[in-house]
Amino acid sequence: MKAARFDYRRPATVAEAVAALVEDGAAKPVAGGQSLGPMLNLRLARPSTLVDVAKIPGLRRVEERADGVLYGAAITHAEFEDGVVPDPTPGFLARIAHGIAYRAVRNRGTVGGSLVHADPAADWPTTLTALGARVALAGPSGTRELALEDFLLGAFSTALEDGEIVTGVFVPRCSAGARFGYRKSCRKVGEFAEAMCAVLADDVRGVHRLVIGATEGRHIVVTEAKGVLADPRLLDERLASAGLAADPSTLRLHRKVISQAIEALNSESLPA
Amino acid sequence: MGTAARGSSVVIMQETSHESRKGRGVGASIRRKEDARLLAGRGRFIGDMRFPGQLEAAFLRSPFAHARIRAIHIPAHLKGRAFTHADMVGVKDILARTGLPGFRVSAQPPLASGKVRFAGEPVVMVLADTRAEAEDLIEEIGVDYEELPANHDMLRAVEPDAALVHDEWPDNVFLVSQTDRHFDAGTLAGAPIKVTRKVRTSRQCMSPLEGKGCIAVYERHVEQLALWTSTQMPHIVRSGLAECLGLDTRQIRVVAPDVGGGFGWKGLLQPEEVCCAWAALRLDRPVKWLEDRREHLIAAANCREHHYVMTAYADTDGTLLGLDAVAHVDAGAYSVYPFSACLEGAQVVSNLPGPYNLPAYRCRTTSVCSNKPPIVPYRGVARTGVCTAMELMIDAVAREAGLDPCDVRMRNLVRPEQMPFTSITGKDFDMGDYPESLRRAREMIGHEAVRARQQAGEADGRLVGLGYATYCEQGAHGTSVYHGWGIPMVPGIESCGARLTPDGTLEVRIGAQSHGQSMETTMAQVACEVLGIDPAQVNVVHGDTAMTPYSTGTWGSRSAVMSGGAVASACERLGERIKRIGAHLLQAPEEAVAIRDAEVVGPAGSVSFAEVAKTWYLAPQNLPADIHPDGLDLVAGYRPTVDTGTFSYASHAAVVAVEPETGEVEILDYVIVEDGGVLLNPMVVDGQIYGGTAQGIGTALYEEMTYDEHGQPLASTLADYLLPGAGEMPAVRIDHIQTPSPNTRFGQKGIGEGGAIAPPAALGNAINDALKGLGVELSMSPMTPRRVRAAVAAAREGAVS
Repeated sequence: MKAARFDYRRPATVAEAVAALVEDGAAKPVAGGQSLGPMLNLRLARPSTLVDVAKIPGLRRVEERADGVLYGAAITHAEFEDGVVPDPTPGFLARIAHGIAYRAVRNRGTVGGSLVHADPAADWPTTLTALGARVALAGPSGTRELALEDFLLGAFSTALEDGEIVTGVFVPRCSAGARFGYRKSCRKVGEFAEAMCAVLADDVRGVHRLVIGATEGRHIVVTEAKGVLADPRLLDERLASAGLAADPSTLRLHRKVISQAIEALNSESLPA
Repeated sequence: MGTAARGSSVVIMQETSHESRKGRGVGASIRRKEDARLLAGRGRFIGDMRFPGQLEAAFLRSPFAHARIRAIHIPAHLKGRAFTHADMVGVKDILARTGLPGFRVSAQPPLASGKVRFAGEPVVMVLADTRAEAEDLIEEIGVDYEELPANHDMLRAVEPDAALVHDEWPDNVFLVSQTDRHFDAGTLAGAPIKVTRKVRTSRQCMSPLEGKGCIAVYERHVEQLALWTSTQMPHIVRSGLAECLGLDTRQIRVVAPDVGGGFGWKGLLQPEEVCCAWAALRLDRPVKWLEDRREHLIAAANCREHHYVMTAYADTDGTLLGLDAVAHVDAGAYSVYPFSACLEGAQVVSNLPGPYNLPAYRCRTTSVCSNKPPIVPYRGVARTGVCTAMELMIDAVAREAGLDPCDVRMRNLVRPEQMPFTSITGKDFDMGDYPESLRRAREMIGHEAVRARQQAGEADGRLVGLGYATYCEQGAHGTSVYHGWGIPMVPGIESCGARLTPDGTLEVRIGAQSHGQSMETTMAQVACEVLGIDPAQVNVVHGDTAMTPYSTGTWGSRSAVMSGGAVASACERLGERIKRIGAHLLQAPEEAVAIRDAEVVGPAGSVSFAEVAKTWYLAPQNLPADIHPDGLDLVAGYRPTVDTGTFSYASHAAVVAVEPETGEVEILDYVIVEDGGVLLNPMVVDGQIYGGTAQGIGTALYEEMTYDEHGQPLASTLADYLLPGAGEMPAVRIDHIQTPSPNTRFGQKGIGEGGAIAPPAALGNAINDALKGLGVELSMSPMTPRRVRAAVAAAREGAVS
């Protein structure tokens, strides 16, 4: 379980990182390495070069704006958990980060890395989609921005183009009274979820979003969610078409987790 | 049992200090001596070691569960660095025979020969300066396989048309073990209660923190092959290795440095050890292999897979009238050295009745040969499976009879006035009060309060359940038990070397090996108990065949009893010699002096061990010319007065909350009332119980090594093979009963495995108790959320339609 040979580069800027990726199509960016590391060791990933972006100042930047916060892609889960970066929500991000894997993973794992890895059962893709986050991308043909639900195309699949990297994620500011319900069903603490659902209810802004993760493919995203919050059975058809109703017990699992997330809107709206 | 200390020290997990009953000797909870290095990260494990000129091995392993090897293509430039079975001329296969009639012998070649019999079997050994480079080189080697049908399911592997794992066998059966004691089907047919159940326990991986590893190096100055290896049984590895390599035993030294847990996985001679040793001799360079987690999961460390069909017969009041069982054990492709492929199956037959007074019993167990890694005895060995099977049956009987399961247990447990008791399978239970352990567990868990809570229901819709399990654990069983099995290793008298050094400090040398058992502390406490010497002044030397007397090693919950007894014997003998010299220095007759607190005390003064030792070694002119020539360095032996084993026992009680839709199980409370006899160090015993319980929780709820229909292992990383972590451990509460064993030196009993035996039973019963209102009963471990919610959904959907 040792990685195959690879070269290692540590560019100083986003432009250099992009150039390195363009120059070598078999190169791969790495930040915290919490997903890529094991894949390297199992030789499932065999990049020619690892382009280490974890310390690039542009990816470590945090920019607070009136309408939200733009986080550099290399901000770690632990930095969210510990509150060392500002939070445009009433404490939701620290709470989410606290539940990601284990502290050792959170110390190194990055928000950008999690989004790029695009595991449908991971915490950030589901919860940040529910919060209406957008990703900032930089590539050989410039920069662009995508809503997270447009970036995440399916299990382990994103809209990233060749040579493109995620530079940041923008999380919109919530009103003070916004409520967030998040539930995941995991075999044990820190494991990837078998079912998960995140719900945002921000009445002041008129934003109601519900996202179902741990799907076989793309997340189930409901952007106008007031109706399903009142009657979650309206989701049954979408669960079925996402392949989550193949057997009765799986359907019951997802339904239960969805209803728990909706119930949690009322019980866990404020940070602890 | 006049002096039986009924210690009732309820200890919760956070507490680390226990009250010492007797200073620093037997019974004192002194802190672990070995922790000074281990907790500071200063231990020395195989992974920390490197010899000059060392090569590292990687193994090309079979991708198929069953295939013929047609050709192996090794590029010319790998000559001298890549080796196959054909290169290992003169090396014998690993053979673990038994003396049991009908047992079929499997020859396990260190590298596959002709056929591969499980996915992960080593085929080619490749050596390079680093492991990573060796793995690179492996990719240059090609093997042509002809795939054969794989036996992935033990129940199908015994059918007549199954492909043969070993071509020369008539079927895929290592051994059928059976017994029939007073079983009269005609009489039992009239029993008021008759319950039949199927129980299945999954394959598991043993998963010590440190995997297996070894370094073989030829030591020219002593003309010995030294095998540094992560083992529990250095002397047995030495014997087995000598046999395979065709060397004299004296030409081999086996050393276990710090070992990070074993649980049985390190109680074997491994093919990789044979390969490394052979290569070190062939190349005259040190050769190292460090098992990685993937190899550990897929390539060999498998255990536990049992299947039972049982019928219990009982009276209306729950009194057991008889038990009929047909069991299968998936023993994998080869018989492991030295325990063999029959240990599990034979123990299923002899241990299934557990701690109960069973009047009639019939059992037939087939040890099946399959295309999976060999089954290895894992902490608890067969007892975890049989306890799960038997205890689920007890609850099933209770449900059928409309009785509380706790009451049914109470009715059938062997009672204290029956002790010592010979069980229906001939087990000699030494002493104890089994019902009392259950009564106390019932009280500690708050039986009535839990039942009231169940009645009231939970606000969040979860279902609460209460489950019990009682077992007894045979430990330190010796010659009279093992000779009947005729495996390569029969334990006999245990030896200890004791040596007073010239400054009056003490070395005790034991052939067992401490890999988490705290023996560097507890054996020093035994020396303290006998000689009054401060444990800090005692070095416990273990794990090195060059420095210790022969021993079968650390396995079978035996070291506290056997090594503990041997250390006491050796210290007593050494004490006699110390007294002889001390008496002379005190100018007193030998019978007038005694040893107290590391001094020889006479009528008119005392002399320290240091003075005695200094005189003997460095100032012999002060001794008379006719002084007895036996010095302060000796080996003494020990065995218990009855060698059929100690029987520790325990009752576990668990409260769970089950979310029926998601299948999630939360352990709300867990109590253990156990009797380990006299505890050498109660803190260490609690540690053993906590650790074992964590593994038992793994068996109950998490751990499962599944195979597909091609015999491919489906869990090759810890993302797929789930082990319980700190977050899954409840705050286990432990209470001790201390009934001394009448047969051992201090009344101590073996308890090393017990914690791992009962949790699947107690938790399984608790889950079934929670779900009984839904008409759901699970009978397969682990009881994963998927299994729980599938059973609930099936019951609910069935009810709807």
